[in-house]
Amino acid sequence: MTDVAIVGLGIHPFGRSPSLTGLEQGALAARAALVDAGTDFKAMQFAFGGSQDGGNADSLVNLLGLTGLQFTNIWNGCATGGSSLNAAYSAIKSGQYDTGLVVGFDKHARGAFNPQPRDWGLDDWYGETGLMLTTQYFAMKIQRYMHDHGISRDTLIRVAEKAFRNGSITPTAWRQTALSRDEIEQAPMVSEPLNKYMFCSPAEGGCALVLCRADKAHQFTSKPVLLKSAVVRSRHYGSFEVFSPSQAPTVAPSPTVTASRAAFEFAGIGPEDVQVAQLQDTEVGAEIMHMAENGFCRHGEQERWLREGMTEIQGKLPVNTDGGCLANGEPVGASGLRQVFEICHQLRGTAGARQVPNAPKVGYTHVYGAPGISGVNILAT
Amino acid sequence: MASQHPLQPGLFSWPSEDPELLGSRCMDCGEHAFPSQDSCRACSSEQTEIVGLGRSGRLWTWTIQSFMPKSPYLTYETAETFHPYGVGYVELPCGLKVESRLRENSPETLAIGLDMDLEIVPVRSDDDGRQLMTFQFHAAVSP
Ligand SMILES: [Zn+2]
Repeated sequence: MTDVAIVGLGIHPFGRSPSLTGLEQGALAARAALVDAGTDFKAMQFAFGGSQDGGNADSLVNLLGLTGLQFTNIWNGCATGGSSLNAAYSAIKSGQYDTGLVVGFDKHARGAFNPQPRDWGLDDWYGETGLMLTTQYFAMKIQRYMHDHGISRDTLIRVAEKAFRNGSITPTAWRQTALSRDEIEQAPMVSEPLNKYMFCSPAEGGCALVLCRADKAHQFTSKPVLLKSAVVRSRHYGSFEVFSPSQAPTVAPSPTVTASRAAFEFAGIGPEDVQVAQLQDTEVGAEIMHMAENGFCRHGEQERWLREGMTEIQGKLPVNTDGGCLANGEPVGASGLRQVFEICHQLRGTAGARQVPNAPKVGYTHVYGAPGISGVNILAT
Repeated sequence: MASQHPLQPGLFSWPSEDPELLGSRCMDCGEHAFPSQDSCRACSSEQTEIVGLGRSGRLWTWTIQSFMPKSPYLTYETAETFHPYGVGYVELPCGLKVESRLRENSPETLAIGLDMDLEIVPVRSDDDGRQLMTFQFHAAVSP
């Protein structure tokens, strides 16, 4: 079977774009990806796109051209980008299509997301009594994790420091200012042990990728990146998830663990082969836990990894080289594709000031979101 | 005194001298759920029964809600009168961990492993002036 290559990369800067709709930000990202691949929208045989609050992705044809292509809307929470990529991967792998576009965009209102109990199969009391906040869940998960695995508050602060430092050298990031250890440590507490600078915020932005059969990749670019696996998994009975009035007695592995294992198996490599990674960091605790859940270290080793700078751009396994969700914010529909965009630049050697040294050849992306869904992609040159 | 009613029926025994949480137990695999449900999320069985889950447990994890949540949060409070509240999962004797508000609301008063007891507390009044009640846990008083 043919391999699948990513041959075009496009982004509309994350953050706030008051003069643009979400859809327009998606269109700008799509056009940028098409230009990067040296092609145009007419050449696209299919598209998969998704957005939470920015409108129907297939409305993009009004802005990009009514070419009659197959355009499928994908909505899968935080794993929307991963699910779009998974669909594109299958479309090409199966031989149905040669060339297509994946696009995600969003434009969220300011402030935290505002989930309604009914949309999640819960009764109103859960929201009315103040339990329906994702921030509480993240705080409680890392609180227990710190207790079980000896993770210190210092390590939480180090993750935030790294995110904003990397954001400060990423031109398309929202947060472009590095923060000192003190500034992070003294920020207002949101949900113990996590404070304001330890959480990402909803934002705006767009991201798009052009994909094709690997044997046609050189028609578009001299630096194709192979999509070795694109896996999405949902939760198991007993995995500790958000919006759960009760949790099973025995804690089961998170969907991240199963998605990661499957992705490595498909790609025929292991965690030790990965040279640069993007791990979902909706808050600092998530990045820490995801290092272990994705198999890169053992539970508790993060303490040493962060202290020794092993996830810095110059470190053994650079993580979230573009500042991740913490520095980019989270436009849900675009966020997972931003991760892939960044890894592709790292593997092409075009990541500018944040380029990982020694020409990395294998990269990894991971998203995780409510109510227990995870997407993993493995990329290689 | 205003009459008191549960905000949501079926979460705890009420009125009661000694209220306890109510949940369901799967008659096929024995797994518990809170709130109760007609089918089992562990084994898909549709044979479940309502059971008492007890009124005491141990704190499994916790956090503190520092700012007043926006809607769907609905209580007596205003931004001015809001007090931070604790939130945690309390591990019950059957092993199930139930998410709950906690009376304690400072890091000094909360720790994983604390013994916790149930209490029934008012949330707000409804349009008919009835006081609506919900459950929360608080640190057990040492004997
Ligand atoms: Zn069962």
